[in-house]
Amino acid sequence: MTKIVVAVKYVPDATANRTFSADNTVDREGVDGLLSELDEYAVEQALQVVENGEGEVVVLTVGPADAADAVRKALQMGADSGIHVEDDSIHGSDAFATSAVLAKAIEKVGDYDLVFFGMASTDAGMGVVPTLVAERLGLPAVTYANQVTVDGDTVKIVRDGDTATQEIEASGKLVVSVTDQTGEARYPSFKGIMAAKKKDVVEWSLADLGIDAGEVGLDNAWSKVESFTPRPPRTAGEIVTDEGDGGVKLVEFLASKKFV
Amino acid sequence: MTEVLVLIDAPDGKVTKPSLELLTIARRIGEPSAVVFGAADTGVLGEYGAEKIYQLDDAVYADYLVAPKAEALAQLVADKSPAAVLVPSSAEGKEIAARVALKSQSGLITDAVDVTVDGGTITTTQSVFAGNFTVDAQVTQGAPVIAVKPNSAAPEQVAGAGTVEAVSVAISDAAKTAKITSSSPKAASGRPELTEAAIVVSGGRGTGGDFSEVEAFADSLGAAVGASRAAVDSGWYPHTFQVGQTGKVVSPQLYVANGISGAIQHRAGMQTSKTIVAVNKDEEAPIFELVDFGVVGDLKTVLPQATEEVNKRKG
Repeated sequence: MTKIVVAVKYVPDATANRTFSADNTVDREGVDGLLSELDEYAVEQALQVVENGEGEVVVLTVGPADAADAVRKALQMGADSGIHVEDDSIHGSDAFATSAVLAKAIEKVGDYDLVFFGMASTDAGMGVVPTLVAERLGLPAVTYANQVTVDGDTVKIVRDGDTATQEIEASGKLVVSVTDQTGEARYPSFKGIMAAKKKDVVEWSLADLGIDAGEVGLDNAWSKVESFTPRPPRTAGEIVTDEGDGGVKLVEFLASKKFV
Repeated sequence: MTEVLVLIDAPDGKVTKPSLELLTIARRIGEPSAVVFGAADTGVLGEYGAEKIYQLDDAVYADYLVAPKAEALAQLVADKSPAAVLVPSSAEGKEIAARVALKSQSGLITDAVDVTVDGGTITTTQSVFAGNFTVDAQVTQGAPVIAVKPNSAAPEQVAGAGTVEAVSVAISDAAKTAKITSSSPKAASGRPELTEAAIVVSGGRGTGGDFSEVEAFADSLGAAVGASRAAVDSGWYPHTFQVGQTGKVVSPQLYVANGISGAIQHRAGMQTSKTIVAVNKDEEAPIFELVDFGVVGDLKTVLPQATEEVNKRKG
């Protein structure tokens, strides 16, 4: 019996025109949101672990009201139940505050065995929340897994680094983060979509977790965005059609820029 | 002047170029003190401005993932009260940075592409939302912990004292939990490292699985080779070389995209490149919206001709 908490994030669609709000936080109003693509891999791996043995998958998110959509998607994929931590004071929280809220929620779940994360979010993309949650919970973290194997209470991962391929293992309660190389995430089936309607999603506030509003939010972040600037549009370049001399023309351009 | 701790990356004992870039950036803030785990060629660190070199040589750092290094670095932060801590913005670097920042109750910036100092205030620049925005930010609590991306500065040779000091830190059992049970080094390609290269030549679906033309052109320019997610997902090229949101984010002087349509996922990994060139059969490919120069044509004929032309000019 393995109980896995999968922490997921509701993010602005990466294919839309993402921007910032007046308070320099990510604009989550003007752009449609969804379950972060990279978190789908974590849901998938958790479901596979449970399917290969027995257990349950609890999906956890921290975010505004709309973030319930991310939980719903994970439930449609096959997760058993959901937890949505929502509180107005969380708006603008940095990675440290987010990790504190997640850690408290995971502690409140209590009888979990593993905590799964995607490798990073697709909006802020720092990739540090899994390791921060592990640090806060005092748990081992095996991160950036390309392959995950759960064998009893031992988790083995393969991590494909730049200079070496490593095998890493840890035992007991622990945190795992997975990359998009772990294998394609399933689409919700019609049956899964129908079943998700009946699954429980509990809503917790900061008070439920015993967190003071003064520990989270934009005003209590440990760093501050001073300004943001849209990248100037690239000026239209020269496009030529290959008429037997495309390669030469390409090199002439490179030579004009002193690359050759 | 105050100390700035710089985490050095030295796989197989050889200090990487991004580590030297960090020393150069550190000198804008204070006196760089290099922090080196394991045995490494420390001579080069003094040549690039390191005043002190803290060497932590213990098997524990190679045997367990991240946590022991973070504990040791946090101990150094507590002992030395540095003005800032700079680390390479790699997967491991960012994880170490996050844990050190939390332990030291200091703010964290990852993926910085520039660090400036004005009257003692440190401002970082990051490229966000697939490179569509730049963000200037400041740490407001503690000594800033900043993970800096490769190619964010040109390493400058400046003599530093380079005094080596062996440091030994007692690592807690709690940090010895994620054990590295095996590590197989990858065969070196002989090409520059992807994120550090001045020129990147990459291939996508249009290669049809054969990267020989892309590799030959890359070699003529002394470039690194990259691949799109489509090419990697098809099993044509290893994931280590993937350029894009879930692969490497590169920002070279020159990026040459071959047979790559330019989906958002790929653009996220390359659109801050200084000069962009593309070869694609499809004149409607979105990649052409980004380019400084584009050739509508088959990479199978255009690239061999370009390779020959480069080699001819090199004479």
